[in-house]
Amino acid sequence: MIVASGKKEKYRHYLKTLRFALYCISHPIDGFWDLTHEKRGSIAAANTILILTLAARIAKLQFTSFIFNKVYWPEVNIFLYLASILFPLALWCVGNWGLTTLFDGKGRLPQIYMATCYAFTPYPLIQFPLIFLSNIVTKDEGDFYGVLSAISIFWCAVLIILAMMQIHEYKLSKTILFSIGTIFAMLVMVFILLLFFSMVSQGVAFFISIGKEILFRL
Amino acid sequence: MKKCLVRLSACLLSVFMSLSLIPPACVRAALGYTYNYDWWGDVQFSPDAYEVVGVYTAKDLGLDMDFNSPSGMFIHENRIFVCDTGNNRIIEWERTKADSFSLVRIIDEFKGDVENTTFLGPTDIAVSADGYLFICDKNNGRILKLDQDLNFVMEITKPTDETFDQSLDFLPHKLTVDSAGRVYCVATNVNKGLIKFEADGRFAGFLGATPVTFGWTDYIWKRLATRQQREQMESFVPTEYDNLYMDYEGFIYVCTTNVSASNLYSGKTDAIRKLNMMGNDILIRNGNHPIIGDIYFDEGGGYSGPSLLTDITVFDNDVYVAVDKVRGRLFAYDDQGRLLYAFGGNGNIDGYFKQPIALDHMEKDLFVLDLRDRSITVFTPTEYGRLIFQAIEQFRAGEYAASGRTWEEIKKRNGNYDLAYIGIGRSLLRQEKYREAMDYFESKWDDENYSMAFKQYRKEWVEENIVLVFLLAFAVLCLPLIIGRIRKIKHILDTSDLFK
Repeated sequence: MIVASGKKEKYRHYLKTLRFALYCISHPIDGFWDLTHEKRGSIAAANTILILTLAARIAKLQFTSFIFNKVYWPEVNIFLYLASILFPLALWCVGNWGLTTLFDGKGRLPQIYMATCYAFTPYPLIQFPLIFLSNIVTKDEGDFYGVLSAISIFWCAVLIILAMMQIHEYKLSKTILFSIGTIFAMLVMVFILLLFFSMVSQGVAFFISIGKEILFRL
Repeated sequence: MKKCLVRLSACLLSVFMSLSLIPPACVRAALGYTYNYDWWGDVQFSPDAYEVVGVYTAKDLGLDMDFNSPSGMFIHENRIFVCDTGNNRIIEWERTKADSFSLVRIIDEFKGDVENTTFLGPTDIAVSADGYLFICDKNNGRILKLDQDLNFVMEITKPTDETFDQSLDFLPHKLTVDSAGRVYCVATNVNKGLIKFEADGRFAGFLGATPVTFGWTDYIWKRLATRQQREQMESFVPTEYDNLYMDYEGFIYVCTTNVSASNLYSGKTDAIRKLNMMGNDILIRNGNHPIIGDIYFDEGGGYSGPSLLTDITVFDNDVYVAVDKVRGRLFAYDDQGRLLYAFGGNGNIDGYFKQPIALDHMEKDLFVLDLRDRSITVFTPTEYGRLIFQAIEQFRAGEYAASGRTWEEIKKRNGNYDLAYIGIGRSLLRQEKYREAMDYFESKWDDENYSMAFKQYRKEWVEENIVLVFLLAFAVLCLPLIIGRIRKIKHILDTSDLFK
């Protein structure tokens, strides 16, 4: 009985934290402060928002009217498509955390992840209705679609900045500076990863050719 | 089971046998002689729209001497004129049957009261509606007007007007004549557009120079460069035209080979322009791809760079065909600037070229003059090609249903032809079958037409389902109100003392 009620309690907490995302996007300064400092957010809800965002991306690919989104299906790779969100997100979190810990940032890695995911909320919220909208407008009326789509991205970007500001307890100018710094950190990481993988493949190729050479001499 | 196998192998054997019996000419089509681009720019091979009637050298056409760098060709009704530039003569034939020509005359001199009654490197000829011959006598620096019996009427020499650079020689290269006898001429070294002469030979100015674009990056580069570098850079002058053709309405189509790939893609230079009387470009560019011949090209086989469209001809249904002298291909576009088909190539087989230099048409047949092969190739539309023309003409005449049926026929012959689907869709659209039209447009990514069909379909749908729409709107607007009211009542009931 206790277990069951514990589960129920957990579920209610999850729903509450998920609903808090709506408060966050409309009152970002207050909302993102409470997200970590008052523990009104949860990683589970953050994961849900991220999954919804990915779902919106995929649904957009499939169901948006071809007027606005022409997809060359032979070259679509769904995993690469998902990675185009997940990989930059991972880099952002790690890069931001790595940079801000050195400069008095109060946020921890899970908190950065959580806040960033909460900041994604407007994307599925706007994009899902937009998919429906795209199927009932003509090309001439397409400006509505374009503007709304741009708003969803712009809103997310603003929220991410504000979220970082509140989590690290920074001022706005410092947040913007460190957001730019994070982008550079991401680039450095991509560079190192590329270097690493090319080194590994070269190393492997070297040993393979040594092995071949030995086999020829035997 | 065994029987089955025997039967299968017999079948296979017969297939191989029959394959080997097909003459090479038929196999050519399968190798992609004719092609088109789909919405994505992928090459889609298509059935041949044109087939070769014959390839004729000068000897086949009843001449004693081969052509020597022939450069101009003009077709007037059923007569063909070829400027045999290297031999300083112009030859005229009459087409008697589809594949036979009879020599009318060799024009190497004319009668009249002028010093020089012979030609020196004639490059082009045009025949006006009233039968006068206009000849670009290039190396003599004059344009000649002769009557039908080769009597001298008039000559146009270097204009004395100050807008014409007097330090340049007057080298008329290509010309055309309008119905009023005005001459439009492309001259070598002149980049101010076409040179226009009045019917009496008076210089009337330049027409249709390409606008010069000059970006700020160009400006910075020029400032930084040394004098020598500046001289090597592209100079910001209008491009010279290569050739011109006056269509049945009097509009002049011009083409230029003075192009670079980046300028073609960015739209800075147009390979083809359609000039009105004011010299403005009125070519319609509604196609999915720019009108530049091949939209991409690899550097191979000794050929590189974009298509160089060196001559152009226009049919009476506004379909125009241009010829690429690099890869020996012909590109046909419709009046909306959509590629109908492209075909040809460089080689020695019939239907391939060494270096095509001039192009003209007689009704729907195409004549291509080959500079290096010294021959004329005559093409005639296949059934498939004729159907395409027929569908376009029916649509222009307003016979939408018939046009749709013709496009259906074309679709049966080439299922990869985007224009067939769009053509069917457009005919359905005109017949107010919007839902079907939408499907055709969507399958070939035609969002403009799709939107047009969808707008009508949406209107019909709303009119039919007006009750549903109102109910939905009512529900969306009023349900929150009602729910709020119920909650309020519930709240009052819950908190009232009545039931305690």
